[in-house]
Amino acid sequence: MLDALLLLITTTLKIVAIILPLLISVAYLTLAERKVIGSMQVRVGPNRVGWKGLGQPFADLFKLLTKEVIVPTNSSRFLFLVAPVLSLAPAFAAWAVVPFTDGLVLADINAGLLYVLAMTSIGVYGVIIAGWASNSKYAFLGAMRSAAQIVAYEIAMGFALIGVLMVAGSLNLGEIVRAQEGGFFSWFLIPLFPLAVVYFISGVAETNRAPFDVAEGESEIVAGFHVDYSGMAFAVFFLAEYANMIMISVLAVVMFLGGWLSPIGFIPDGIHWFFIKTAVMLFFFLWFRATFPRYRYDQIMRLGWKVFIPVTIVWIAVVGFAIYFDIGPWFDIRSGVTG
Amino acid sequence: MTSQLSKYVKSFTLWELLKGMSLTGRYFVSKGITIQYPEEKTPQSHRFRGLHALRRYPNGEERCIACKLCEAVCPALAITIDSEQREDGTRRTTRYDIDLFKCIFCGFCEEACPVDSIVETRVFEYHFENRGEQIMTKDKLLAIGDKYETQIAADRAADSAFR
Repeated sequence: MLDALLLLITTTLKIVAIILPLLISVAYLTLAERKVIGSMQVRVGPNRVGWKGLGQPFADLFKLLTKEVIVPTNSSRFLFLVAPVLSLAPAFAAWAVVPFTDGLVLADINAGLLYVLAMTSIGVYGVIIAGWASNSKYAFLGAMRSAAQIVAYEIAMGFALIGVLMVAGSLNLGEIVRAQEGGFFSWFLIPLFPLAVVYFISGVAETNRAPFDVAEGESEIVAGFHVDYSGMAFAVFFLAEYANMIMISVLAVVMFLGGWLSPIGFIPDGIHWFFIKTAVMLFFFLWFRATFPRYRYDQIMRLGWKVFIPVTIVWIAVVGFAIYFDIGPWFDIRSGVTG
Repeated sequence: MTSQLSKYVKSFTLWELLKGMSLTGRYFVSKGITIQYPEEKTPQSHRFRGLHALRRYPNGEERCIACKLCEAVCPALAITIDSEQREDGTRRTTRYDIDLFKCIFCGFCEEACPVDSIVETRVFEYHFENRGEQIMTKDKLLAIGDKYETQIAADRAADSAFR
């Protein structure tokens, strides 16, 4: 009994130790986004609240907290309020299996990759339910678009990750990182480069970020699935979107960029490498948003189904071939196992 | 054939996307051009046409002689002048109103004035809090003239070579 209680308390503390820094990173990611995009558009970005604008995320937070949460009369009240939670919870839950350094992971489970895929896919329910429960045309259209898009890119993303697990020979995220030991040229980015590109672009599409943000294309359908949300309910959607962005970046780091491993052999590994790489990937998200115009909807579907899926299938075949015949510096896994 | 091939190569290497990103990347590292307005200000010309003022001679006598040339030239009909003969026999205004909602800051009044009385100063940061405050009366205009006389005189002197 006492053991169970102790386990509960330590696990809760561990969860808080992950979620709290995550929330702060989300807050500062919004600031970083506005600063980076501002800089790319020859503007300054927020710089009035606190020193150099560092208080801006909290000013935004308090503004949203003091606003009224309006529930539309014709909405489905329960689902309307449950939808933001449904989109936020999986975004947080996926963090349970992320290995920050060797051994520093909340749940070191062997099916980590599957768990992550499952969790990131559940997030779409929040979007669909929000769109449906709002009982509004725009919200519904946004939800339909988002659902179709996430389904399309989920497949390409899954295929890209199949390549990773073929080379790593494991579904455990920690094992995947350890399989990339030995400096920059052992990272999966090099042998699986097409898959890494497909994975990251699919990740951008998956999180409904620009240039794939048709789900909330404000010029066409106002704000998509969250038009009718205000105050804290809206803030929760916002939080989920940014938490998902960080999640996709972290996964890219774990799968392709060697997690906590240092790029050059003799420099010691450490958690700082993990954070630096994640920050770089997040910077790409912001860079994309500042650079690319929104895709047309049929172009998004074409890219997902007719380009990414064939590309990933072809590369999986190449990887399979290379592994079977023990080719190259990267694919001689079988001989390593047997010999 | 080759054009088709180069098209495929281009689209698979994400060539155009990378080109776009290099452009935004260059702007990201380039120095900003923003002026932080209340703390920093852009330089002004000595010919800047801002808020109006009525000037005085150094002995304290107001310059305006109520010739109404400014009223006549004003394209927006923003100036209203009433005049009288003062006890000492000179012609003076009893009323000199500029409606700042009508004024287009063209500077014609300044050009028309034979005694350099009505001028436009460099002041451009002002606001009204109540209805009717946009009418600049003679008293207000003279007060502005008194306040900024050194600046006004310096600007006229700097521009005198071109007149």
